[in-house]
Amino acid sequence: MTAKLTTVRSGALTTVQDAGRPGHAHLGVPRSGALDAPAMRLANRLLGNAVDAAVLETTLTGCALRPDQDVTAVVGGAPCPVTVDGRPAAWGAPVRVPAGSVLDVGAATAGVRSYVAVAGGIAAEPVLGSRSTDLLSGLGPEPLRDGEVVAVGTPAGPVPTPVAAPWPAPPAELVLPVRPGPRADWFTPAALRTFTSAAYRVSPHSNRIGLRTEGPPLERATAGELPSEGMVLGAVQVPPDGRPVLFLHDHPTTGGYPVVAVVPEPALAAAAQAAAGTPVHFTLA
Amino acid sequence: MTGDGRATHTGALTARTGCLTARPAGRHALLVELPDAERTAAFHAEVLRRRAAGSLPPVAEIVPGARTVLLDGVPDPQALARRIAGWEVPPVADDTGDVVEIPVRYDGPDLADVAALWGVAPEEVGARHGAYTYRVAFCGFAPGFGYLTGLPPRLHVSRRATPRTRVPAGAVALAGPYSAVYPRATPGGWQLIGTMPDPRPLWDPGRERAALLTPGTRVRFVTADGARTAGSANAAAATVGTGPEAGA
Repeated sequence: MTAKLTTVRSGALTTVQDAGRPGHAHLGVPRSGALDAPAMRLANRLLGNAVDAAVLETTLTGCALRPDQDVTAVVGGAPCPVTVDGRPAAWGAPVRVPAGSVLDVGAATAGVRSYVAVAGGIAAEPVLGSRSTDLLSGLGPEPLRDGEVVAVGTPAGPVPTPVAAPWPAPPAELVLPVRPGPRADWFTPAALRTFTSAAYRVSPHSNRIGLRTEGPPLERATAGELPSEGMVLGAVQVPPDGRPVLFLHDHPTTGGYPVVAVVPEPALAAAAQAAAGTPVHFTLA
Repeated sequence: MTGDGRATHTGALTARTGCLTARPAGRHALLVELPDAERTAAFHAEVLRRRAAGSLPPVAEIVPGARTVLLDGVPDPQALARRIAGWEVPPVADDTGDVVEIPVRYDGPDLADVAALWGVAPEEVGARHGAYTYRVAFCGFAPGFGYLTGLPPRLHVSRRATPRTRVPAGAVALAGPYSAVYPRATPGGWQLIGTMPDPRPLWDPGRERAALLTPGTRVRFVTADGARTAGSANAAAATVGTGPEAGA
């Protein structure tokens, strides 16, 4: 019998995430997957899981879980207080959670998304090869609800000997390298200078679909509508209000607003941890 | 765009004629832009042919759009752009590709409005809509939602001024040059002309081919058994005679 986790507190938004479902964009299926993929992989590695075993991704307020059997878990990503039955426990390292005890993942003290990995991985039903919750199109498991029971897979073996793990701190300032294009020519030269020199801030309306920004609008050189075209992960799309939106993992696969530039995938983990109000600078890569 | 998009004497277009623009989209993607929907479909088909033949470098995603094909997850986009520039791309033949038949009851709430825009009686909308063979140009908006081209320009209609908060699964809809069938209930601003009685085949992630309508697939709309509902006949009376000048 494998373990089950009862959701004692689901938090603001807790979803199951793994490496997502690439390869289906032509069907309108978003990539999905953990927004801070390095955090997911590190948490899994500390438990001896496959690096892209499914984990829980929390949003700002954490969550609380009660296993029906002893389990080992790692909480990483956004730093937060971790307790087991109210007693402080390690963050960023394996924690033993006895059957019936409550693992509480507290509110993030910095950053946005904490990751809860469990030895054996979260065993939700895969859809198109992935267990990820896709908030844009509704594929994969629904976000966790209070009282919901989540299955855990069979651990591959004993949890490895703990090692010092380097968890990067959430960004106090988000510096995003960009490569112009594919539609940089839809913007005025002044707008392109503004884009890579002005101070933007992370908008509170950001989500798994996109990191929205507040700041000076980018003026278009080309009026009219862009026929729908494929969008890459990390695309910086500029909607009619002129404020750049950085596409994250649940982004639509096609879109009709011009993409001024693209942020490379390795830079997106920091974007996933940039809380509302964090200063953003786009810099030419 | 550079060049003149000149066709060769055979009608085949080559990248060398200058009808193709490869735009970089980050470190690992190319957005290949073409002058029109036909050449986009032809280029997309050529990409798929070359991948099937094993002569395409690794590409993680091939995502057609209205006038573009996105090649994402490409190790060296610049090298691929140079190769593409030398491709001979034959036009897409009208009779290639799978044909999927979609049964439709022409009973949508916007049937009368569309009939007015087309200058026909509502009962005739189905015959008009069903007279063409469509092609899935691209997907997006929702899994399994295909944008179907094939409606002649005189039958193109604009989106509704106010989108609906809920369009039911199976709704057969029109907007601009496109027809579509909603695979599941979502908000939507398209004009609803009919209903696919059982929309479940449109999207089934448990099936090997999850989407019924994949880019390049040809589609025909056929009248579902028991179609032509009383509702559409009633709607007819209200709007017949507003004439083709009403819009579009």
